[in-house]
Amino acid sequence: MSFNIMFLRKTVNVRNTLNRLPFNLNTNSILKYSINSSNHYDVVIAGGGMVGTTLACTLGKNTKFSDRRILLLESGKKFKWQLKEQYSNRVSALNPSTYNLLDRVGAWKHITDVRYGSVKRMQVWDALSDAMITFNHDELSEMVAYIVENDVLLAAVGKELEQLQNVTTINEAKIKEYQLPKKHEDTSTINMEDGTTYTCNVLLGCDGANSLVRKTMGVHYVSWNYNQKGIVATVKLSEDTENVVAWQRFLPTGPVALLPLTNKLSSLVWSTTTEHAKTLLGLSEEQFVDALNEAIWKTHQQNSMVTEAMKTFNKCLDFIQLPSSAVRQLPPSISGVEPGSRAAFPLGFGHASNYITKGVALVGDAAHRVHPLAGQGVNLGFGDVNTLDRILGEAIYSGSSLGSLNYLKQYESERQQHNVPTMLAIDGLHKLYNTEFTPVVILRSLGLQFTHALNPLKKAIIQHAAQ
Amino acid sequence: MLTKAIRNYGPHPPKKFSHLMKILIASHTTSSSSTTVDHTELKHFKDLSSSWWDEMGRMKALHSMNKLRIPLVRDGLINVGTVKKEFVGTTKPLQDLQILEVGCGGGILTEPLAKLGSKITGIDVSSELIEQAKQHAAQNLSLTNINYSLESIDDHVKRNAEKYDAVVASEVLEHVTDQKVFLEACVKCLKPKGSIFITTINKTTLSWLGGIVFAEYVLNFVPRGTHDWNKFIAPHITQRVLEDYKCRTRIIHGLCYNFLTNSWSWISDTSINYALHAVKD
Ligand SMILES: Cc1cc2nc3c(=O)[nH]c(=O)nc-3n(C[C@H](O)[C@H](O)[C@H](O)COP(=O)(O)OP(=O)(O)OC[C@H]3O[C@@H](n4cnc5c(N)ncnc54)[C@H](O)[C@@H]3O)c2cc1C
Repeated sequence: MSFNIMFLRKTVNVRNTLNRLPFNLNTNSILKYSINSSNHYDVVIAGGGMVGTTLACTLGKNTKFSDRRILLLESGKKFKWQLKEQYSNRVSALNPSTYNLLDRVGAWKHITDVRYGSVKRMQVWDALSDAMITFNHDELSEMVAYIVENDVLLAAVGKELEQLQNVTTINEAKIKEYQLPKKHEDTSTINMEDGTTYTCNVLLGCDGANSLVRKTMGVHYVSWNYNQKGIVATVKLSEDTENVVAWQRFLPTGPVALLPLTNKLSSLVWSTTTEHAKTLLGLSEEQFVDALNEAIWKTHQQNSMVTEAMKTFNKCLDFIQLPSSAVRQLPPSISGVEPGSRAAFPLGFGHASNYITKGVALVGDAAHRVHPLAGQGVNLGFGDVNTLDRILGEAIYSGSSLGSLNYLKQYESERQQHNVPTMLAIDGLHKLYNTEFTPVVILRSLGLQFTHALNPLKKAIIQHAAQ
Repeated sequence: MLTKAIRNYGPHPPKKFSHLMKILIASHTTSSSSTTVDHTELKHFKDLSSSWWDEMGRMKALHSMNKLRIPLVRDGLINVGTVKKEFVGTTKPLQDLQILEVGCGGGILTEPLAKLGSKITGIDVSSELIEQAKQHAAQNLSLTNINYSLESIDDHVKRNAEKYDAVVASEVLEHVTDQKVFLEACVKCLKPKGSIFITTINKTTLSWLGGIVFAEYVLNFVPRGTHDWNKFIAPHITQRVLEDYKCRTRIIHGLCYNFLTNSWSWISDTSINYALHAVKD
């Protein structure tokens, strides 16, 4: 034999010992059974919120998944959407990258058919100083954000999802427990309360901030409560305006934000202390409107040191010919609140130090939860969807199993590289603005003003947020 | 330079080779009666057999290498027009293609190539590895397009000349004694216009330092004698040999292994590991 493998030094005879070796290769009969059975899916998505539903639709439309089977399990009832005249109080500010995703899966046209608000400009300012920053859309090539009701988004994505042959949706699904793949296994098992069992090659946990998938994975989860609540409501503007500005004012108790819905209506997200939130929910509508106008308009007593520092700083900016706060626009005043639209949600921070283990990945709020002050929450989740769609598609196109760590790891590291800085920035902002301590107020005000003056930095910030 | 060698090379490939070696040693000598059982070797062998398909086990560098070598083969075959246009971008781009994988081991590269639709034959001279490969493939009932066979390339070529659209020899060339004869047999198995894909180790001071001096002598994580630097082969030699058998090289890429993240990346520097795609006239 002219072709020899090189191993000339040591020789061993193993043939006789072979059958005594504990091979871990025994064909797994359960596995064989399940792969054949109709209860085996390539992908199981646990949780059909905005992120899970969009993920199911995106994967379902990916040509690499055309001959695969996807199962979406949602504990809620089948979502029947009907257009109501009154706007829902749960809305999301969608960034350009989320818009692109929804457009790509065909859902955006349904949103256009219904309604949405557009944000062409964002103004953020500090109640304890005059510091302000604006983001205009002409500083960017595109819209800053779109304001879409969560229900409208879910219905739009659902409409596309219904048409997909490769996705099965089960509502009112009661998941009892997950069995994740052990060392020599390739599939996860999902046991339902009713005794049904599903298996899958990859389990995608989109089950929100209290994710059972995450708990089963046992990954480290860093979380804290802000001891704050987010008050949401749909509010009426005193005057008809071209309502295209998103307003956010940092108050010592937390940020208050108005997101444009129509020329007459805006959506309110008001983060404040738990006690204050309770008071606000107890107020009559008129009293609430007064409190809100005060939050947007009231001049807080400015510390003279802060005022001085700001003045000097603005002079310096003028001197080096960077814009100071000359182009300040006045926020709208509020004339009323839509009856019954007031509600409060607890706010917290959470981040899983790992988004993946073998055969499992966390997506959306299951992996990360942020303070809504920058309106990034669901956008981070849609970013996850985009990346996971691309990477799982690559895995299939490379003949790899969907649960392969080599691909899932890539998802984790790409997303953490984006999510972690964003989340730390948001948390940092929250902490920065949650104080009246003068030196901090001065520094943050100068910082905001300076960032405003520096166009490239502003662009960098908004580009990161848009991704 | 030394640190670069370690960084680029990492301890894993040599380790994996050493185990691969032991299996090859073991099986090659099964036909000879005058051998003794080395129990330490056997222990390694047991460990290895259970972890061959563990993505994070001993073979992890081979698993993660798939992220480069599958696209190398798939896109290589697309670019030379071997893949029919209508199959490009589908889930089965390699359908209708006959592929031979020489030195398929436990099937880490064979299975994904089969999942992409090819009719693939995996050959290896280790009966244990072929057995493992068969058993693993049997777990997936949809994998009906793999044919594993215990034989050497020079036996295989006798009945399979000009049969394949592609021959893949990944991480084997550095272990064969007569590379010319090996490559000649591989090329003979190819149809005209067929593609040969090779990944192997270069013959440079750097690969000697990283793969042998460091791995086997300084850090001692590979038994001495695992790799024989004399068998490493420089890309221009591989290319020249292939040229002799009427194969034109299209692409040579360097590969870089990061053992901290267990990931491979393409680099232009071919001084340690490289991948090559050549097409038969
Ligand atoms: C007051 C407030 C304002 C916000 N404003 C914005 C904003 O302006 N912009 C923005 O981007 N984000 C905003 N967010 C954040 C945003 O709402 C969340 O990021 C988003 O809803 C996360 O979506 P998700 O699908 O990951 O999780 P969820 O919406 O929590 O969905 C999880 C789904 O999983 C289902 N589920 C859970 N457990 C199980 C189980 N065991 N079995 C089956 N199903 C299960 C649930 O029924 C649910 O449908 C805001 C949040 C709050 C609280």
